[in-house]
Amino acid sequence: MTTVENAVATPVRIGGVRGGPDAPTLRTDRWWVGPAITVTVLVAFVAYTTWAIFVNRDYYVGAAAHRDLISPFYSPCIMASCVAGAKGTFFVINWWHITPALIVLAGPLPFRLTCYYYRRAYYRSFWLSPPACAVADAHRRYSGETRFPLILQNAHRYFFYLAAIFNVILTIDAVVAFRLPGQGGIGVSVGTIVLVVNAASLWLYSLSCHAARHLCGGQLRSFSKSRVRYRLWRLLSPLNARHMQIAWFSLIVVALADLYVRLVASGAFHDPKLF
Amino acid sequence: MDVTMRVWRGDETGGEFRDYTLPAHEGEVVLDVIHRLQATQAPDLACRWNCKAGKCGSCSAEINGKPRLMCMTRMDHLPEGPVTVAPMRTFPIIRDLVTDVSFNFEMAKLVPPFAPPPPGPGGYRMQQIDIQRGQEFRKCIECFMCQDVCHVIRDHEENKQYYAGPRLFIRYAELEMHPLDTNDRRELVRQKMGLGMCNITKCCTEVCPEQIKITDNAIIPLKERAVDAAYDPIAWLGRKILRRHKRSPAEAQAVGR
Repeated sequence: MTTVENAVATPVRIGGVRGGPDAPTLRTDRWWVGPAITVTVLVAFVAYTTWAIFVNRDYYVGAAAHRDLISPFYSPCIMASCVAGAKGTFFVINWWHITPALIVLAGPLPFRLTCYYYRRAYYRSFWLSPPACAVADAHRRYSGETRFPLILQNAHRYFFYLAAIFNVILTIDAVVAFRLPGQGGIGVSVGTIVLVVNAASLWLYSLSCHAARHLCGGQLRSFSKSRVRYRLWRLLSPLNARHMQIAWFSLIVVALADLYVRLVASGAFHDPKLF
Repeated sequence: MDVTMRVWRGDETGGEFRDYTLPAHEGEVVLDVIHRLQATQAPDLACRWNCKAGKCGSCSAEINGKPRLMCMTRMDHLPEGPVTVAPMRTFPIIRDLVTDVSFNFEMAKLVPPFAPPPPGPGGYRMQQIDIQRGQEFRKCIECFMCQDVCHVIRDHEENKQYYAGPRLFIRYAELEMHPLDTNDRRELVRQKMGLGMCNITKCCTEVCPEQIKITDNAIIPLKERAVDAAYDPIAWLGRKILRRHKRSPAEAQAVGR
């Protein structure tokens, strides 16, 4: 039996002459379109998010507008500098003076950064390692995820736990958004739907994650001995197969949710009540 | 209809693309045209093939730059213009379209074998749900296109010593997911077989002619199992408290199963 102790380097011929021309690729299709789209969307998202985080205003629509809507980037707003109404009363940090949104991204940002899908996207599109299948790697040396800092990608499941806490908070925000103070108490506005869709898409993204699929049951060797976890695994596996689509959808929805709250809070238009 | 086939001709002393113009008929695949080329213009063209049905994995080549089975690539699905046919880039050339794929077999020898405990009364009993995950991996036809397209060894020859590759990772995953297996390969695959070298860019999944979800169903679950074994302090603590670990064959034998 081969073990870690007695495994030896494989006796394969290294450096044998390869066939085909020494060209980076022989592909003639438009393989660069996918990476180009990924770069465009991710750069636009990062640019918008950075601005939205540091602008530090117009992130809450309160009782004055008969609403209770908070931007997902600024929730939970637990700093003393948060605007009245957005601020929680249970736990407040007094020493934090820069934008309250920064600490919020400590959870969801590393969750996305270490996500198996986003890793594929940025390794291909930004790091060009490789830019597309059968297109040459842009780097002379390659050590994958075996060294610092990329070995930290293995902490993905911990960021999954952290992101789940944020999902709970954003779900509470979505429920609170049904409050329409001064307009009958409870109702549904476009803002309510925006925050509900946002919370749902973030839950879908978290639950479709590969770490979630592993932890809920994928790590088992024998499904028949743990039927509940097997059912959970069966439930999450179809979601996991669509992780890429859900990742893009939730990314765009969270930015649009912030934009919607921001436009309403800045007075660009009033959040229409539906019923 | 005539087509131009741009075929790599050469061996380890060197080579070049040569253009051949010959007829192609409706419904033909690249291998049909390569066979016509052998029959009419290039009788010395070397090409490996067997079943012509996408099940033997012999006729792997790079068609218009992408690893594909020649017998499963229809001519009418390719764009207009010359069709480029080159040998698999990752492996040493033997001649023309034939490469030396022994790397894969050497790596296969290093996989610790299936190690079940001694059978209990009535033999081994397993339920379908326990083994169905591994059955997907049994579809592999060993065309080695996943190994060919993997940039870890395609673009970095020096990594071949330390990298089993996607084809072998699905073998490791299949064994690790087997309900009766008692070998623990997680540290081996992490430390010596280059699991951490894979940056999950999914090219292996893209080229697999059997549509095996290599990355999602084998490599990522293996990576997560490696995290369980090596990087997750809570999992480590849980194993210590609950005294759960994978049994060795000797331990399994000691308790009778």
